[in-house]
Amino acid sequence: MRKDYNLEKRKYIIGGFVIVIALIYIARLFTLQIVDSDYRRFAEGNAFLKKAQYPSRGLIYDREGRLMVYNQSAYDVMMIPREVKEFDTLAFCQAIDITKEEFDERIKRMKDGRYNPGYSSYTPQLLISQMSAEEYGRLQEVLYKFTGIYIQNRVIREYKYDIAGSLLGNIREVSSTDIQNDPYYKSGDYTGDLGIEKSYEKYLRGEKGLEILLRDSKGRIKGEYENGIYNEAPVSGKNLTLSIDAELQAYGEYLMQNKIGAIVAIEPSSGEVLALVSAPTYKPSTLVGRERGKNYAKLVSNKYKPLYDRTIMGVYPPGSTFKPTQSLIFMQEGIISPSTTYPCYGGFISGGLKVGCHAHSSPIAMQPALATSCNAYFCYGLKSMLDNRQKYNRTDEAFTLWKDYMVSMGYGYKLGIDLPGEKRGFIPNSEYYDKYYSKGRWRALTIISVAIGQGEVLATPLQIANLSATIANRGYYYTPHVVKQIQDYEIDSTYTQKHTTMIDSKYYEHIVSGMRMAVTDGTCRIGEIPGKEVCGKTGTAQNPHGRDHSAFMGFAPKDKPEIAIAVYVENAGFGATYAVPIGSLMMEKYLNDTIATDRKPLEERMANSNTIIYSGVKKH
Amino acid sequence: MASRNTNIFTLIDKPTVVLYLLLIFWGWFTIYAASYNFDDTSIFNFDGRAGKQLLWMGCASVIAFIILMLDTRLLEAYAYPIYGVTILILILTIFFAPNVKGSHSWLVLGPVSIQPAEFSKFAVALCLARFMSSYNFTLKRLSNFIRAVLIIMVPLLIIVLQKETGTALVYLAFSLVLFREGMSGLILVAGIGSITYFILALKYAETFWGATCVGELIVLILINIVLMIMTANKYKKRGTFKIMSIITLSVVAITGIINIFINVNWVYAMYTIITANSVYTLIVSLKSNSIKLLQPILVAIVSVFFMFSVNYIFNNVLEPHQQSRIKVSFGMEDDPRGVGYNVNQSKIAIGSGGFIGKGYLAGTQTKLKYVPEQDTDFIFCTVGEELGFVGSTSLIILYIAFILRIITISERQRDAFGRIYGYCVASIFIFHLAINIGMVLGISPVIGIPLPFFSYGGSSLWGFTILLFTLLRIDASRTGRI
Repeated sequence: MRKDYNLEKRKYIIGGFVIVIALIYIARLFTLQIVDSDYRRFAEGNAFLKKAQYPSRGLIYDREGRLMVYNQSAYDVMMIPREVKEFDTLAFCQAIDITKEEFDERIKRMKDGRYNPGYSSYTPQLLISQMSAEEYGRLQEVLYKFTGIYIQNRVIREYKYDIAGSLLGNIREVSSTDIQNDPYYKSGDYTGDLGIEKSYEKYLRGEKGLEILLRDSKGRIKGEYENGIYNEAPVSGKNLTLSIDAELQAYGEYLMQNKIGAIVAIEPSSGEVLALVSAPTYKPSTLVGRERGKNYAKLVSNKYKPLYDRTIMGVYPPGSTFKPTQSLIFMQEGIISPSTTYPCYGGFISGGLKVGCHAHSSPIAMQPALATSCNAYFCYGLKSMLDNRQKYNRTDEAFTLWKDYMVSMGYGYKLGIDLPGEKRGFIPNSEYYDKYYSKGRWRALTIISVAIGQGEVLATPLQIANLSATIANRGYYYTPHVVKQIQDYEIDSTYTQKHTTMIDSKYYEHIVSGMRMAVTDGTCRIGEIPGKEVCGKTGTAQNPHGRDHSAFMGFAPKDKPEIAIAVYVENAGFGATYAVPIGSLMMEKYLNDTIATDRKPLEERMANSNTIIYSGVKKH
Repeated sequence: MASRNTNIFTLIDKPTVVLYLLLIFWGWFTIYAASYNFDDTSIFNFDGRAGKQLLWMGCASVIAFIILMLDTRLLEAYAYPIYGVTILILILTIFFAPNVKGSHSWLVLGPVSIQPAEFSKFAVALCLARFMSSYNFTLKRLSNFIRAVLIIMVPLLIIVLQKETGTALVYLAFSLVLFREGMSGLILVAGIGSITYFILALKYAETFWGATCVGELIVLILINIVLMIMTANKYKKRGTFKIMSIITLSVVAITGIINIFINVNWVYAMYTIITANSVYTLIVSLKSNSIKLLQPILVAIVSVFFMFSVNYIFNNVLEPHQQSRIKVSFGMEDDPRGVGYNVNQSKIAIGSGGFIGKGYLAGTQTKLKYVPEQDTDFIFCTVGEELGFVGSTSLIILYIAFILRIITISERQRDAFGRIYGYCVASIFIFHLAINIGMVLGISPVIGIPLPFFSYGGSSLWGFTILLFTLLRIDASRTGRI
């Protein structure tokens, strides 16, 4: 048959057609594989189940190396909503022991962007948190029936000493704000809340690990991706050694039961906090596990506000515990010498103003004034200083200097303890009074009550204890801190830096003598511990809310101080009635490990007395 | 016999054999990768897909060998009986085949299941070649053309009855053969054109610019362009095209002016243009006394009617699942969990491969069974995911080389039988490749047909092997030495 050359040309059309199709397909491959990078992400989203590996949280020891806080296992039930199919809700609710309504509520909350901003139906979402091993065992038997449900091992806290709730803090699930502030956190993670758990979160939490599992189209796990070479092992959190003495802390909480107030004990030579008792307190174990939410709400609504750490957040009039600072300033400024005397006939009377005082001999010198807590002496002192026109041009100039002295002794600003929420107290400055009374319209007499720790001045128990430590050290202090060691790390250098006050060491000796006199012959006689040469200063702070607060500040032994302490008991009356005995018992406990037999009745009386009834908080 | 053996192996076309071997071995490795399940160890495990495929490959080589031993004249001589028997088997299959997912296309013979539809392509190719190579045959004769179409359509319809629409559509590929042998290009263009109209009309049926339906507008513009080109082509007098352009532009200009005052439906403007141009063509036709100038008018009228029928066909003739497949293919519907799931996962698999791929046996989409039918219809995904752009482009180029080689072989045949048969083989491969890869890439609709030499399965491998090696046998004997 002859060839039709016209038709033969059609082979080019057919061949061209084939090549055009091929080019279209190659162009399509180019866009899919090279131009568009989303597909790789989609494929990974399909295939990889990224499972966080939670590290064990750092342990917490006390200063004696006694374990205080450790970990236990708990099990979170996670759900990947996209994978959930044909779900037998009733059977599931039975397995985890919740009601259908509760289950629906949890699902609703899980999908609500307000509670769970990181919600995605492709990633594991927290459904039930912190099941016990026993509950987990029950669920595990039937887990195969529920696709899309996974178990996440978690670490929760366990307490050897169930004390120091506000000091230790606790752990909670991260909030939406936490997730926004720190990309480390994912929904369902835990973070420290309050206390040490919060302030040392970065050390305690460790580093989460990552396990990349392969998941097939039916949601079944097919092992680890590339045999786990891309997995990241979790790094355990760092252990902390506290400066807290767990026994002393527990003893403090025992003494402070049924009272409102605070005890702060510091080792003067290092600034290490030995005990930090806020009363009323709560057991940290109540904020662990599934009951946490309920218990937390109870603590929040408790009228005595146990969540409020009074040691660092309570701002109180320091009362007479403030007087040593005044002596120090007046001596340093040359206003008085230790032998300067002032008269006191039932108080300070000047220009129609009277500040009352109790009975004691008159005139009186500085040390006996401290020992008997004479109000008049310090009022005269402050008046002499502020009105001294040879030294200072104006009252406000003198007062500014006074304020600077106070700040150098740790008042008026946060000390910087390694706990969250510390308050700064309040030391007024000249500008404050200028504003309050208008400029030039105030003088020594207007503000005289600051000399005895009343009026505008406010201090935290921590600041009072720090003053005690400063006096014990004869003029310097270390910023108080509760963590003594961090595993593999140095503690922050601010805690190893010596702070000297603006007052010479020699003046402190006079104060020490005065405070010693207060114990031997003055207001703190009940505070003496045989052989330990306790030095102290009482405080009875008036307050507008009810009965006076009972305060004590002291240290022991006098010449080689090992412990400095501040005790503040709200609405408990005279300093000598509650604060002094409690402070003294605490020091005895710390120094001697035990309470002398003859002091046992005192201990018992302190522990069993109830001053919370005077708090003015109405019973409901 | 001995001398024949040496001859056949020296005369056989080596490049094609090399390409064939490359493709089936690449396919075998890909089947192993696609069915690899982390615990499977050996590619030679005969319980696994790859092991079985190796078995099928062994059988295929036996089949190829037997074919090479045959005398091609026998095939030519028995082309009609073979076709008849095949049609009979296809019909019987409808009644004897068990229901597999709704289709009745697999014959179960003891331990083996075969799909006669895979082999009937071979019978049709032989029959078509025999018929069209007869003495003085010309497609220009209508009766010949109708017979040729019938040879193709009969098995196609039977396979449709087997509910294997995908396989049936492969027979449309033979229209390329008819084109090569003299069928008017117009029919091919009309076919492709009507598919284009269909797609455009559907895709933009619900898009509106003001009162104008975009789908209708685009189709009408296309119809007008075809009308103008055809008229200008048939009536060789200069200036025809220019006059028709002037008519078109003036109508557009007038409509544009009216549009300033009232919102005009441009579809009516297009009807006016087409009518005006048709009238012009009619005048020219009467003036020159030429009947063939009526052809463009006819095409325009048929096209307009076709356009009207599209919506009717789509909504009333097609089954809902077919509508849905078409809609998903055209991107009119997004359905990642239903019909679109396969295509979506397949695009993810290929797209995630990137430039050089994730590495052999390292694809997650395919290993974890996200892509369905991943060792049969969707096997191209595994190549795309594991070997990336480089690998998948290489494979496409390999296939193109293979097809162009078959076209070359066909064209060098001295007799029409060999040439036509060769084009049948080329057309079948072209159709399979275009539809299968197009489907996996999300371009063409989801039609379940295998990727030649790659998709797992004995029937399809043997079917393609028989097709190819018969051509090679015919080619080897073209010099008349054996």
